[in-house]
Amino acid sequence: MSAVIFFIAAIGAVAGAVGVVALRNPFYSVLALVGHLLALAALFLLLRAEFVAAAQVVVYAGAVMVLYLFVVSYIGGGARPLTPGGSQLRAVAGFAVLALFVELAIAVLGSGLKAISGDGAPYVPGFGSPAQIGEALLTKFLFPFEVASLLLLVAAVGAVVLARRRGGTTLEDEIRDSAHWITPRSLFSGTMAEAVGAIRPPAEHAPGEAATEDTELGRPVATPAGRGEEGGW
Amino acid sequence: MAIDWYLVVSALIFCIGAGGVLVRRNPLVILLCLELMLNAANLALIAFARMHGNSDGQIFALIVLVVAACEVTVGLGLIVAIFRRRLPVDVDELRELQG
Repeated sequence: MSAVIFFIAAIGAVAGAVGVVALRNPFYSVLALVGHLLALAALFLLLRAEFVAAAQVVVYAGAVMVLYLFVVSYIGGGARPLTPGGSQLRAVAGFAVLALFVELAIAVLGSGLKAISGDGAPYVPGFGSPAQIGEALLTKFLFPFEVASLLLLVAAVGAVVLARRRGGTTLEDEIRDSAHWITPRSLFSGTMAEAVGAIRPPAEHAPGEAATEDTELGRPVATPAGRGEEGGW
Repeated sequence: MAIDWYLVVSALIFCIGAGGVLVRRNPLVILLCLELMLNAANLALIAFARMHGNSDGQIFALIVLVVAACEVTVGLGLIVAIFRRRLPVDVDELRELQG
């Protein structure tokens, strides 16, 4: 029974991995990775690592993949066409990967280690349970545990610093920001300059001044007529 | 199942991930392939922990999980910063360190 589950999960994991690499759309790559992680969690369960399997599903397939999906949908990962000349490098990469796999397979299968071929140590009840993992984390591995928490904090702060919106980092940003400052807007719409009286709309003037201003405003309209009259003279 | 089956699966996943890092050019997919490689290492660690009947390897796998989450966070922050600067999200065109 465990052999059937192993083969199903292993084939699922390898298929998910191939899907991550082969699928052109990054969105589908992320979904393939989710499937890969679920199959890998089944493998972890077969290896009696219950807590790691649960953490894998909840944290990895749940939270981290959602983060990936947000970024993929933010960037809009369109399929970019391959430039010519990449196929040769691809062949080289495939050869390197094949050599790596052959080397690893020789190292695993050709080694003289007898224990690798066995089923492992006899199962002790409670192996890999949250109680045992938690006890080990808080006693034997307390320092790595604290360092990991510090690392998470540093990574969170670093991500915020990296991805925040800075003003004027590129030329286009500077242009856009300066354009924002001199945006043509309708006059007397409540700017600070009007509030301190640097620009005064005609409606805010005193009634006496308003009368004179009406005449002042009326004068340029009248002068062309006067000039016209003068020209007529 | 014998432990060496798990190790072969782990090696296979690691090689697929390494090939993806070499072949793909979208930094998002390269990060995903890095995840694949880390998961392959996790599988090997947990297989060896099962082999020895010692849960220290599982603790190691959990720490690797944390480090992978940190790597994802910083990497995605970098990609978002690259995208905000209107640079091409393509590792072949991002050759110059000065951006």
